[in-house]
Order: sequence, then structure tokens, then C-alpha cells
Amino acid sequence: MNRFSYLRATSIDEAVREAAADPTARFIAGGTNLIDLMKYNVERPTRLIDITRLPLDRIEESDGGGLRIGALVTNDEAAYDPRIHDRYPLLSSAILAGASPQLRNSATTGGNLLQRTRCYYFYDPGTPCNKREPGTGCPATTGRNRIHAILGTSEHCIATHPSDMAVALAALEAVVHIAGPDGERTIALSDFHRLPGDHPEIDTILQHGEIITAVELPSTDFSRNYTYLKLRDRLSYAFALVSVAVALRMEGETIAEARLALGGVAHKPWRDPEAEAMLRGQSAAEGLFASVAACILKDAKGYEDNAFKIDLAKRAIIRALFQAASGTPQSQTDKRIQ
Amino acid sequence: MQQPNAYIGTPQNRVDGRAKVTGGAKYAAEFEAPDLAFGIVVSSAIAKGRIKSIDTSAALAVPGVLQVFTHENRPRTAWLDRNFRDETAPPGSPFRPLYDDKVIYSGQPVALVVAEEFELAAHAASLVRVEYETEPHMTDLDLKRSEAYVPPKKRSGVKPPPSPRGDAEGVFAQAPVKVHAEYRVAIEHHNPMETHASTVVYEDDGTLTIHDKTQGAQNSQSYVASVFGLSSSQVRVVSPYIGGAFGSGLRPQYQLFLAVMAALELKRSVRVVLTRDQMFTFGFRPLTIQTISLGANPDGKLLSIMHDATQTTSTFEDYQEVVVNWSNLLYHCDNVKLTYKLAQVDTYTPTDMRAPGAALGVAAIETAMDELAYATGIDPVELRLRNYAEMDEADKKSFTSKELRACYQLGAERFGWEKRNPEPRSMRDGRELVGWGMASGVWEAIMQKTAARAVLTQDGNLEVASATMDIGTGTYTILTQIAAETLGLPMTSVATKIGDSSLPKSPVQGGSWTAASAGSAVQNACLSVREQIFKYARQMESSPLANASIEQVTFAEGRIHLTNDPSASVTFAEAMQAGGVERIEAEEKASPGMLTSMRYSGYSHSAVFAEVKVDEELGVIRVTRIVTAVAAGTILNPKTARSQILGGVVFGLGMALEEESMLDHNLGRFMNHNLAEYHVPVNADVYDIDVIFVSEHEEMLNPLGIKGLGEIGVVGTAAAIGNAIFHATGKRIREYPITIDKLLG
Amino acid sequence: MSSSQTSTALPERISISLTVNGETRHLDVLPWTVLLDLLRDHLGLTGTKKGCDHGQCGACTVILDGRRINSCMVFAVMKDGAEITTVEGLAKDGALHPLQQAFIDHDAFQCGYCTPGQLCSGVALIKEGRAHTRDEIREFMSGNLCRCGAYTNIVDAIEQVLGSNAEAGQ
Repeated sequence: MNRFSYLRATSIDEAVREAAADPTARFIAGGTNLIDLMKYNVERPTRLIDITRLPLDRIEESDGGGLRIGALVTNDEAAYDPRIHDRYPLLSSAILAGASPQLRNSATTGGNLLQRTRCYYFYDPGTPCNKREPGTGCPATTGRNRIHAILGTSEHCIATHPSDMAVALAALEAVVHIAGPDGERTIALSDFHRLPGDHPEIDTILQHGEIITAVELPSTDFSRNYTYLKLRDRLSYAFALVSVAVALRMEGETIAEARLALGGVAHKPWRDPEAEAMLRGQSAAEGLFASVAACILKDAKGYEDNAFKIDLAKRAIIRALFQAASGTPQSQTDKRIQ
Repeated sequence: MQQPNAYIGTPQNRVDGRAKVTGGAKYAAEFEAPDLAFGIVVSSAIAKGRIKSIDTSAALAVPGVLQVFTHENRPRTAWLDRNFRDETAPPGSPFRPLYDDKVIYSGQPVALVVAEEFELAAHAASLVRVEYETEPHMTDLDLKRSEAYVPPKKRSGVKPPPSPRGDAEGVFAQAPVKVHAEYRVAIEHHNPMETHASTVVYEDDGTLTIHDKTQGAQNSQSYVASVFGLSSSQVRVVSPYIGGAFGSGLRPQYQLFLAVMAALELKRSVRVVLTRDQMFTFGFRPLTIQTISLGANPDGKLLSIMHDATQTTSTFEDYQEVVVNWSNLLYHCDNVKLTYKLAQVDTYTPTDMRAPGAALGVAAIETAMDELAYATGIDPVELRLRNYAEMDEADKKSFTSKELRACYQLGAERFGWEKRNPEPRSMRDGRELVGWGMASGVWEAIMQKTAARAVLTQDGNLEVASATMDIGTGTYTILTQIAAETLGLPMTSVATKIGDSSLPKSPVQGGSWTAASAGSAVQNACLSVREQIFKYARQMESSPLANASIEQVTFAEGRIHLTNDPSASVTFAEAMQAGGVERIEAEEKASPGMLTSMRYSGYSHSAVFAEVKVDEELGVIRVTRIVTAVAAGTILNPKTARSQILGGVVFGLGMALEEESMLDHNLGRFMNHNLAEYHVPVNADVYDIDVIFVSEHEEMLNPLGIKGLGEIGVVGTAAAIGNAIFHATGKRIREYPITIDKLLG
Repeated sequence: MSSSQTSTALPERISISLTVNGETRHLDVLPWTVLLDLLRDHLGLTGTKKGCDHGQCGACTVILDGRRINSCMVFAVMKDGAEITTVEGLAKDGALHPLQQAFIDHDAFQCGYCTPGQLCSGVALIKEGRAHTRDEIREFMSGNLCRCGAYTNIVDAIEQVLGSNAEAGQ
């Protein structure tokens, strides 16, 4: 790990100002990914700005009947907050599908969105990686790529975004609140992460010096027909090979509104408006769900180790849609798949 | 009523339990020393080539950095590679850290940065710049398989396959029923929870006290003495607690070399702790490709067994383990051909990992036997009974004891096997397919020459000591039980000292031999003390025992009394006072009986029954129930013994479903070198495990009848799970681990 | 991966106070000192273990301000004013915590290296009050790896303490 100077920020303005002044400065909150990467010498910031004392640790009602989750609210606090649990159970479920109780007690809402890929090569400075050192190449495309992306990849990078929480937030059409040197702005969660393209080193649209202040959940009614289905290499404490967040609003037997996002398959939580539109106004049926799955995966590209994810993702989508439509969401403690 | 101090065979809590639950137990990286310096290892990025240059200037410029050791400034050590051999080394030239500019595997240590503090060393290590000249490497066994060879020099303690018997090929060709398939088990790394570490305390007189993560204090001691040209009196290894090892601590690992080198050169104490990633830069269970051909009659009787295994080794040592011999040990057959070959790849040398060889070989033969059960339409348990080996046919020896039949029977009963519908895909629980599978397990009952000392003092306290280890197996506890019962003392009056090279001689802890070996040695030492104290007791003035022989008395609660008249007794203190001694000390050895081993074969056995529930569409497998019935002679402590088996089963579950060290052959490097991506089972993976110890009378191997338990729990578990998956799904997957992709594929 | 930072002056040590196992300590720490290393190397509290140093195994679990966390993923400087309980602080006046005794009685460990983390995690789990079934105990203890495979005994030990707490009306 490299040396760095440390500043405990006392206001958002101070944090932003200090960060903007130093191109290698980084904010730190839960630290569960940044410290991890610093120990591997993947991240080497020379200045850390501790934002944990900023007043961003509350969950509040927002205008329009939604909830605003402060960026410093921990994963644990968010998952077990009665308002989130009752009104956005999909989010609770997705959070509890991830990491461990210990990590969820440290990791924050803002940090979760900013966690970096688990690509083996990105994590290993002994190997080339375009995300870590642009221009060095991507050994994953011809190497071990079991955990890698099948959608939205580029020849320069096939990494995935590892978050579970962000997948649910994408489905719930959350909005990210950002403060920066030029003031505040908001952006849809689905537009927050980017695809690797020619610049895999850039994960999100966040500019240097900008800070996530909150994630806002719009008023929705997906508390009955939802699920978060996560498939992985062991029954807990592992990153998703494929995960599916589904939120439906049913009117009788009819799907009035549908949201679906995939995790573990792309550089960002993966949504497909076309597929969601296919569901609207229809009733739950295997054939429909299979067409939706096929639509979402139509441009998927597999590599040597991860081609199975295409089929797995289709199957997971179908099952998750059934779980959501029938109001039997996946339990995160009973490992039998519903 | 139970006789007082009759501890052998009774469940006892671990005597080191309190130390372990309070944080008091000290592991290798936790010993203090004045002026302790910290070393961090820099690992090579390439698999093969040479170091063109290594720039340590930035690291050395960090205030607090003491030295950066590389091949260029390495202090002179032993020259000959045989000095680097240890008691478990396979034939070949052991790896010599920082020896020269050659890189022979990815992750090889290329520098050691030593600084005043851990954080400084870690920072400085990130500043070391290494330039390599790469050479082509090869890590892919499939591409090297054609060059596989029979190891020309046998590894000590590892039986090569026996010579062929009968005409296995000819009979197979004509056999009415045939099974022929290839089986693979992925590379696994031991990954004990404690990473490898050595704290080398540089004493005022220049001698070294070393706290090493090792399975053999004396193995580490003799390695250090040999490599650095020290006398054994200059090196003492003290390792009372080991945070798991599973074989990774059998050989002295490179952190020991580096820490000692730095301590001697800097003349101060040095600690080197490997990172979790660096736990993937030495030994592992090698990739093994096995081919099995079984020829049988329609009634399931085996006519021919052919079992071939090819594993990887390094370019510098011929690692060997017993992979194929188990097939004929489990099953009677007159036409048998067992073959075993190695192929060299550019990795480190593999290292024994829990049930080395057997975990692999039995996984294959027991999967093949399940295939034969389906090919013949015979119940898998019945098929095994029809082919039951009544003797060790390869060596033409009888078994010292073998209760495998009872294992099958009791395991099947407890599991409810008779309710099994043999048809694949026939059992369901809601959406999930249910599968019931079984397999046999076998492991050799080994004993190694071991010494122990017992010291009884007048205050009624007994200390027993041997240089053996407790890597989590329960050695402290069982030795305490044996000593207490032998001398008739409460366990609380017995202190067991192990894990120290200055104690009586012991081999490494491994191969499930510690209980039999150290246990027998402790028993002998205590018997010797018994005889001496009895002598004093008889010689006492007006001794009530004056006319008794040792067979007529009982030792209990610190007294000796006539067995048929407990009121006629002498306390240990009285006897010792009368004899004018304050302490009685005895050192004794225990060795395997030569006559027994010439005429008999000793093995432990098991029958493992597994239930899986499979969500077939999504490839999700849950191992909901395991029953394992184990016959392993005397069970000294059913509580810790059960834990040994539970742990073995969980290890086997990892092999069956999760564990795989993924090599990138382009880079020649393991890529999932951490615990997030190398998956070992977590709590949620493990449902109910039921352990049955089958009563087995064993009297030939050693007086206590111990066979050992460290390995047998692993053996057979993966196959039982794989067979259950076949029963559930109708899908035969011959490559472990059975992951989602393979089940969907 | 710049290597030119060595010439920059070392940042000042920063004064913090931590209450560890009931004892308040005033410490001057460097910003990069990780809580786990502070406990083990600087405070001599080696009961807390380093198994992976990356939040992947749970051996370093401690209870910080009432919550279980991985101490390997925390810079000490960020936790000024925190209250920390490590395995050394679970027993009170020589009397083991009921979960420590249950671990001994159920043989819920072998090598003992993951044990301090399992205990801190289990003590926190009991206090959280969210685990009522074996499925829930298993899931909420899955952040603590045990390579010796003592999982079923760990669940038995926790279940026993949960049960006796329930009986005692806690």
C-alpha cells in the first residue's frame, strides 16, 4: 500500500473542494473495496478524504412519496430499514444477497455503486489490464473468464460490475444525487455506470471531485411482486454469476408494469426497455417469459469459460419472472430456489 | 459406574479449548520479540524466464526499510540442493528461494523487503521494480500428457502401483459389461485459515528461536540447520498452535527460508507473513486425469480393473502420491492393471493435501463403480458387497481389521437407503430433484517412529511431551487422555507439551498417523513411569502392595490400589517419597511392528451416503444430508474424532462442488488467488452431517488399536455427492468440481 | 503506479482514541494503519486473526460500536472514538461468554484460527436478533470461513445460546 495524506471532511463543500484540488485524491467511507484495492496496489491514491462524518447517513421521505437514502447509510441499515423493507423489499433482498453481515455493516450506499469489478486480472497487478493500466491489454478475453461479462463488452474489457444492490436500484429506477465542484446534479441509476467501450478505466459518469450524496427511490408499488434471484458458485458469500432483479405491478392476472435488471453479466446493471415492454399488458406465461429472456440475451457474447452464462441468464430470467408474478420472492436464507 | 480416569474412548472437550476461544492461543505470526522487523515477499509476475534487472532503490529509500534481499545480494547459504531437502521432499532438486536470476514458476519469491514495521515493508515492497526476460512456459497438462512418464525414482513412503496381475486388457475386451471413462479433479490449494508465517527470534547469543507455521517442528528445524549451516542446538522451532494446514505445512515453505536468511544477515528478529494471494505460490493438489476401465459380469462381479492416473509435477521435483492403488484395495479382482505417470509443467511442485492421492483416486473409482451399478442394474451398495476385497490382493496380505461391510450396512440404515428408488430422476421434493448417492472410502493406517517423554512429579502432576503437532486435529487432547488414563490421573493433572523441536523426536504431523504414533509413544512413556512408581510403592515399608504384581493393581486418581481391594492403596506421593524421588521421568519410543507390517495391511474405511437436492433448470445443488460411517479402529475421543470427520466431509464437499484453482495457461498463473474467487464451502453450504463410528476391533497395528482419522473423512465424499447428482439428474459429470456450468452443459 | 512518492514527507501521525474491551486508549496512528494491524501489532491483541486481509474470510471480525465488522477493511484513523470488542473482551472477570463455553462444549473449532472471528460474529448475530432458524444462522454466519469444517458444530453452539436466551426471556 502506498502512503497518503488523510483529511476528515467536516462538510460536503470541504470534501468536494479538497478532492477537486488533488487529482489523485479519493473519498473514503466504508472502505470495503477501496482498502481492499489499495492493499493490492491496484488503487494508489495519495490523499484520502474521509467522508464518514458528513451528514449523509439518513433515510428520509422524499417529495413525491419516495425515499432518499443517504450515501453513507450502510447496506445493513438500508436492508433492515422498515420503510425500505416494506416499500422496496426488492432492494432489501438484493442487499442481503450480497457480501456478508460484517461487510454490510461497513459498506455504504454510495460506495456500493462505486465498487470496482472483481475481474481476476484487474485485481492482479502482475498481469496486464486495460481497466487498471489502459493500453496494456485484456488477458481475460483469452484467459480465465468464468466470472466475466456477456453483454455490452468491448474488445478492451469484459469485466462485470459486481454489485447486487445496484441491480435492484436499476430495476427500481433509482436516481443518484451528486454534489460536485459545479454544484449538484442527478442522474438515473441506469445511466450512472457506463460500458467499457474504449475506456474501460472509467466505470461511471462521476467526474473527479464529485460525490454521491444520496440515492433516491421513486414512489413505486412493487412490494408484492418482486424477486432478487442470485446464482453463484456457493450458496452464500460469493459474487453473482448471474443475478436477476424483477419488479412487477400486477393488475389481476395482468402485468401492468415490469422492471427487470441483470447482475453479473455486464459492466453495469443490465436493463432492457424493449424486453420490459414485452411484458406490459400480458399475463404470466412460460412462452412470454422465454421470449423476454431471449430478447435480453439476443446480443450476448460468450467466451471460453463464461458462455454458459447466456443460457443460465435466460433460465434465471424466466424463473425470476415466475417468482415475481406469483408473489413468491426468493428467500436469501432458505437456499431452495423458489 | 465408569472407572475413574478412564478417558480413552470417551468424549472430551479440547484441552486447548479455552486458549482458542479467548484469543490466548498464539500462532506463528503472533510471538513477540524485541526489535522485531517485518518482511514482505515480492512475487514474480512471470512463469518462466529470468530476472533482467531488479530495482530496489525506491524501496530502500523509504525511511525504516532495513534491506531488500534479492538473488543479487542474497547471503551465502548452502550450495547443494540436497541441503534443501526435508523429510517429506519428493525426489528432485528442492526449490531454493532467491537462488539465482531464474524464474521457474509464476508467483516465485523474487525479493524480500524488510522494514521496521509491517506497513513500511508493505509500502516499500510495492516500489520494487522487476524487469523480466520471459521464456515460453507450459502449464497445460492436456498438452503435456503425451510426455508423461513413470517417475524413475520412487518417493519415500509412497507406494508405486503394484505390478499388473492377470490379463486386464484381454479380459476387459471380452467382458460382458464395460465401464470406460475419464475423470478429472481440479487443482486445489490447501488454504488453511492462517497464512504461512515465520517469526524468527534472534536471541542474544545468536541462536534462533523460530515460530513457524509447520506440521513438523523438527522438520523445519533440520531444514534451517541444513540450509544455513547451523548446528541443531542453534535452532529451536516452537509452534504450539497451527491455524490449519491440511498438508501445506508438511514442507518448510519459503517464508521460513526468507525469515531466517534475513534474521541471520540483519542479526535481529524478523517476521515474514505470506499474504492470502501468496498461499497460491507453493504446493497444491495437482490436476489429475484418470482413466478407468472396469470389465464385469452381468451379476456385477469385476473381471478386470484398469486405472491410470496422470498428474502434474514441477520441472524440478517428481512429486508422487498414491492415486490408483485404492481400486484393487477396495475391490477383489484377478485382472488388474494400475498405472501412474507424471507430466512436468511450469508450476511449483504439488504438495500433499488432505488424503493425498486417495481423495483423487477414490473419487474416480467410486464414480466408475456407480456407473457400473447402473450398467448392471445392481444397487450400488450391493455391487460393492459383491466385489468386497477380503484381503490386500496386491501385496497378498490380510487386513489387520476391516469393518467396511458394517460401514455399508450401518450407513445405509441410518441414511434410509432402502427407500431409494434406483431410477435416476425418480425422486423429487417439490421443484427439486432429489438424489441419493454413496461411495466407499479408504486410507492407510500408518504409524511412524515417534518418541515421547513423561515426567511425574510428587505433587501429582504429569507432563507428557513429544515434538509432534496439533494442527487442529486434537493431538493435545488425545495425548492428555492417553496419559491420564495410563497413569490413573485426572486429565486436569496432565500437561501436554508438543510443537517444540527440543522435545522427543517426532515426524511431521500428517498421513493420519499422529494419534497412532505419538499416542503410542506417550502411552509407552507413561507405562514406563507406571512401572517405576509401582516399584517404589511395593518397596515401601509395610506396603499393602508388596506382594502384588502390576497386573493385579489399578492406577486411578493418583493412587495405586489392589484391583480386588481398593482399600489397599498407596498414593503416588507416598510411593515417590518412599523412593526418595521428587520426579519420575521416562522417555520411550513407539514404532510400527515390523512383523505385523510384513504380514498384514492396515487400512481405515468408510461408507459415505449423500443426499442432494438439485434445481435442474438453474444448476443449483444443495447437499442436504450426509451420513458417513467410519471404521478406524479405536476412537480415542468421539467428540474430536467426529469433528475430524465433519471437517473431512466439508473438504470433500468443496472438492465435489466448489474448489478449483484456475490456471491461465497464457500467463502460466493461477488467477483466482484469493478467498473471494477460490471458493471453499461456507456455513450456508453445509447442512446435516451424521458421523457414525463403526465398532472395529484392532489389535495388531498398535496396543491402543488406533488407525487415524485425518484423511478418511475426505475420501469418498466427492464421489458420493457426484453419484447423488447423477441419481438426481441422470447426468454423469466426471469432472470435479461439479459447478453450475457443468450441470447445465 | 507512481513510485516517486517516497520523497514526500511522511504525513503526521494523527491522535485518536479508541475504547478497546472497555479500556480507552489514546493512540497516535499513521493514516494507513489498518485496525486489524493496530490490534495485532501495536496493541498486542493477537486474538483477532488475519486470514485474508481483504474481507473475504471473517477471521478478523470484531464488534465495533455494537456491530460486527471486518477489522482488516478499516483504517484505524477513521474510527476515532469507537468502542471495540475483540475476542479478548468477550469473557468477563474470567467467566467465559456463554457462546465461548458453547463453542468448547460443541467442539465448534479445530485449529482455532477462525474461532475469534466466529465468536465475535456469533455474539453479534445473537444480539442482532434476526436469526431464529438453522437456515438463518447458517446464512448470517457465512461471512466467517472455517477451513477445518466445524460449521455444523458452530451452528449447534449458536443455536444452543439462542435457545437458552429465549428460555431466559431475553
